[in-house]
Amino acid sequence: MNDIISFISAHLPAFVVAVPLLGAFLTPLVSRIGDKSRNIFAIIITGLTSIFALLLANDVFTNGIRTYVFGGDYATGQTMVRILFEIDAMNAFMLIIAAILPFAAIVYSWGFMKEQTGLDKYYTLILLMTAGMLGMMMTGDMFNFFVFLEITSIASAALIAFWTNKGNAVAAAFKYIVISSIGALFVLFAIALYYGQYNALNMAVIADSIPVEMGFVDKIALVLLLAALAMKAAIAPMHMWLADAYGRAPSSVTVVLIGTTLASLYAGFRVIFTIHGNQLEQALNSWTIFGYEFSISLANMVGILLVALAVLSIFIGVFMALKQVDLKKMIAYTAVAEIGYMLLAVGAAIAVMGGDLEATAGYTALKGGIFHILNDALDIGLLFLVAGAVYYTAKQTSINKLGGLARNMKYTTVFFLIGLFAVSGLPPMNGFASKLMIYESTFQINPILSIVAILCSILLLAVFVKVFYSVFLGPKLPKFATAKEVPISMLIAMGIIACIIIFIGLFPDIVLQNVVTPAANALNDASSYIAAITGGI
Amino acid sequence: MIYNIPFIAVAALILIGLYTVIFKRNLIKIVIGITLIESGVNLFLITLGFRKDSVAPIFTSNPDVSQTMSLPVPQALTLTSIVIGVAVLALMLSFIVYIYRHYKTLDVRKVVGGDDE
Repeated sequence: MNDIISFISAHLPAFVVAVPLLGAFLTPLVSRIGDKSRNIFAIIITGLTSIFALLLANDVFTNGIRTYVFGGDYATGQTMVRILFEIDAMNAFMLIIAAILPFAAIVYSWGFMKEQTGLDKYYTLILLMTAGMLGMMMTGDMFNFFVFLEITSIASAALIAFWTNKGNAVAAAFKYIVISSIGALFVLFAIALYYGQYNALNMAVIADSIPVEMGFVDKIALVLLLAALAMKAAIAPMHMWLADAYGRAPSSVTVVLIGTTLASLYAGFRVIFTIHGNQLEQALNSWTIFGYEFSISLANMVGILLVALAVLSIFIGVFMALKQVDLKKMIAYTAVAEIGYMLLAVGAAIAVMGGDLEATAGYTALKGGIFHILNDALDIGLLFLVAGAVYYTAKQTSINKLGGLARNMKYTTVFFLIGLFAVSGLPPMNGFASKLMIYESTFQINPILSIVAILCSILLLAVFVKVFYSVFLGPKLPKFATAKEVPISMLIAMGIIACIIIFIGLFPDIVLQNVVTPAANALNDASSYIAAITGGI
Repeated sequence: MIYNIPFIAVAALILIGLYTVIFKRNLIKIVIGITLIESGVNLFLITLGFRKDSVAPIFTSNPDVSQTMSLPVPQALTLTSIVIGVAVLALMLSFIVYIYRHYKTLDVRKVVGGDDE
């Protein structure tokens, strides 16, 4: 027994990806036995994946960076040519998100997708998507990252078009696959540029090889990677695919899609902080005007750009959400705004980078931004699950045609209220904890940023209060007289996420100290990420 | 100069592909644009691995050490990328089939918009 436990713990990083991958291809076989056994099988597989991911995250938080090299034993110094997973506290933080979302989605699917056909393919694809997302979050190899990115985008495009009887869903999927394949090709181009320069595909080795004075090719690679990953992470003005994709996909798929979007965002942070971490404080340009010397570093440049895009995302997301009449599209635009909040905080942290980060407001901003990744995944995930529940009962999501659902769906209403408070940053939900950190720190960096952030948060509240009133309150509509509460499995899935939201909201310090702060430190500390690979040489 | 021709071809392929994706209105042409970008990137990868006067990187029973070999890693990467590209291409074309069935057109301007409630 001890042998098995030590075997599993030695190969945890491989298991985290291998279990959903194997499960995906076993699902069509298992579904031959029966629908019920297939559903139970999918729940077991995702449950097992989540347990492995959480164990791995726990291991990383206690014992530090974990590297896992594929392909048997290796001599020291060969690691750089192997495919490897490298998990530091930031990756472990993302693994926590990836452990929660697919599990909730699969449990939710039991009730939500019950009346659909082609479910064996659905479960196969959703497990593949989970495997790709987990791979993106753990890999330490650039080309491997590209492969996982493509696995994720192919699986998610097929799932967005799952309801092929609706033309809109297929059009949204086409939009998504065009955007994501172009994005992935430019990621590959950037990887090729790095490979041509440094003869390495390993992120740590590339980061170690790039000279402090960036060359022209490095700059092109950085720009291409950031642009492509921003496209995948739906940062304005490249957000247009997100509203369609999130809005047209089945709600259970959307929940996993949130995870893949955030995985791309994480990869962007990894590129900035780790691969180009050594060059961030290097001056790019300096001018002498009237005897004063001005210089701009790469960190200033990237930070200001990210903050500008973030403010644009927040504005576009919120204002587009205000005018939507479709519940799911509205939540999708809210998701754009929420991604803007994360980017705002992290971008502000990058912009003021220089010297000891921990002493400045940038450190709080970085922590707030990272904390908000977790909170956004949970809040938006819960709202989408509620929107799916509304669709399940009422068969439509147009706000104008819905009304009075609170009378028949009391649990769903409560879950929507929790999501509403969380996403608009009201205490005592988790959104408040991270948004307060963002307001506080951006106010010290530049007051205008925090004004934008608070104003748009209030507007978000306005959006959702309007929705709450028109969908759940009001007189009982005759067409919904027979509407019933959704099946128990959907309630369980929403309940899991709602419980985590309330837990984080009530005890933000526990999460902040044990999970978020190590993640922020790991992201800021590129040298130990690099040393874990190259240190032995 | 002769060794720069592949790189010029790479730039041309990617730019033509981008132009096609951005400015063409036909869904099939958009897909063609994406495959052009993909070919450009693949060509770039394969060109990176080439060394002057090199042979294919295959170890035979009697290796001739005097000859340089081209790098095998970019070739492996390109192969993977081609396989992924085929999957994406098939998926995109199948989407187009569905879109054509719903909208009876391949023009993006007529496909986008309209709610199906």
